[in-house]
Amino acid sequence: MILIVDLCREAESLSKYEFVDPIANSVRRAGSEYEVVHFTELTEDLIERSDRIILCGTALKDDLYARRIDLFSWIKDLEKPLLGICAGMQVMAAVFGGEIVPQPKIGLEKIEIVKETPLLGQPREIEGYHLHNFGVTLPPGFDLVGGGADRIEGFKHARRPIYGIIFHPEVRNRWIVERFVNL
Amino acid sequence: MLGVLFSGGKDSVFACKRAMENDSVVCLITIVSENEDSYMFHTPNVQRADLIAEAMGLPLLTWPTEGEEEVELLDLRDAIAAAKKRYGIEGVVTGAIESVYQAARVQRICRDLDLWCYNPLWQIDQVEYLRLLVSEGFEVIITGVFAYPLDESWVGARIDDCLIRKLEALQKMYKINPSGEGGELETFVLDGPIFRKRIEILKARKTYENYRGRLFIEEARLVDK
Repeated sequence: MILIVDLCREAESLSKYEFVDPIANSVRRAGSEYEVVHFTELTEDLIERSDRIILCGTALKDDLYARRIDLFSWIKDLEKPLLGICAGMQVMAAVFGGEIVPQPKIGLEKIEIVKETPLLGQPREIEGYHLHNFGVTLPPGFDLVGGGADRIEGFKHARRPIYGIIFHPEVRNRWIVERFVNL
Repeated sequence: MLGVLFSGGKDSVFACKRAMENDSVVCLITIVSENEDSYMFHTPNVQRADLIAEAMGLPLLTWPTEGEEEVELLDLRDAIAAAKKRYGIEGVVTGAIESVYQAARVQRICRDLDLWCYNPLWQIDQVEYLRLLVSEGFEVIITGVFAYPLDESWVGARIDDCLIRKLEALQKMYKINPSGEGGELETFVLDGPIFRKRIEILKARKTYENYRGRLFIEEARLVDK
């Protein structure tokens, strides 16, 4: 089961249609079962029962998740595959000792994949949809996978299958979610 | 408190329904473009958006634009700023499904005006969405066709299960976007679960030539449900 974590400011919000449902649909199309849970309602049992976990993005103006990083400390010891998208990546950076930094960007932009990984494949250029006010610094123990040190597009834990991407794969890059489901 | 960018087409009406289920919609915002080929704004029958607003019991803020590319964004910004001032909106709702061009521009305007931006149909499966519209009781007609092989019979047709199956087949054969997201179709909503009254068309004029057709609603009225 894929656990899809909703990071929007409240459960069943209007933003869920935009930031959670498209990810859930991509997972469904990839043929996997999934459960959706709001980040304030996560339980040890749910995390335990899941095979993989996705942390979704949020609306541009939403920053509640960044003020509740304490609710994500379980990520620190996770051995299962984890994908953080936009806000999800920011949470991961904060948990692992990186920083969430102002870095607003809206729209389609070229993304340089700089290191080969099972998730994003070989180094090359792709185009991705950005919708964020904040970016991240690289946490200790992580490799830069996309973008540059001053504008990180993607990172991966050096040993574990833990990935973060700042762009939204539900727009023109659903293959990333499908590949994550089959990692 | 939210304002909905509103054309009278199915996407803005359905986005409005989802917004009303989650929050309070206090106004509809309609941009009336003089440019029939606007990249940003739905044009056929947008002048009739006032009738839908009245049917839904919501105030409508209309704002004119000449429809020049990019300049029309300044008009949109002014319209949204006016809605913020007049109705106290805290966020804007759009019916964007796939268009990164539209969505990114509205997101930037909302950021600049310190407003929330919601796109509750974003990346929705278009065929599933059409079925949802019908199953939830929306009565939607096609008021514009702009792509091969859509013939004259499509102009004025009602979206029902049979028509959705035809659109699904056209998607496979011609890569038509079933909900018209690529500009293939324009629609107008006559009734739905958020309508207090339904709209009855009394007089309409059809034009069609070379896979471009329109239904102009010339007279319509509200009818009790």
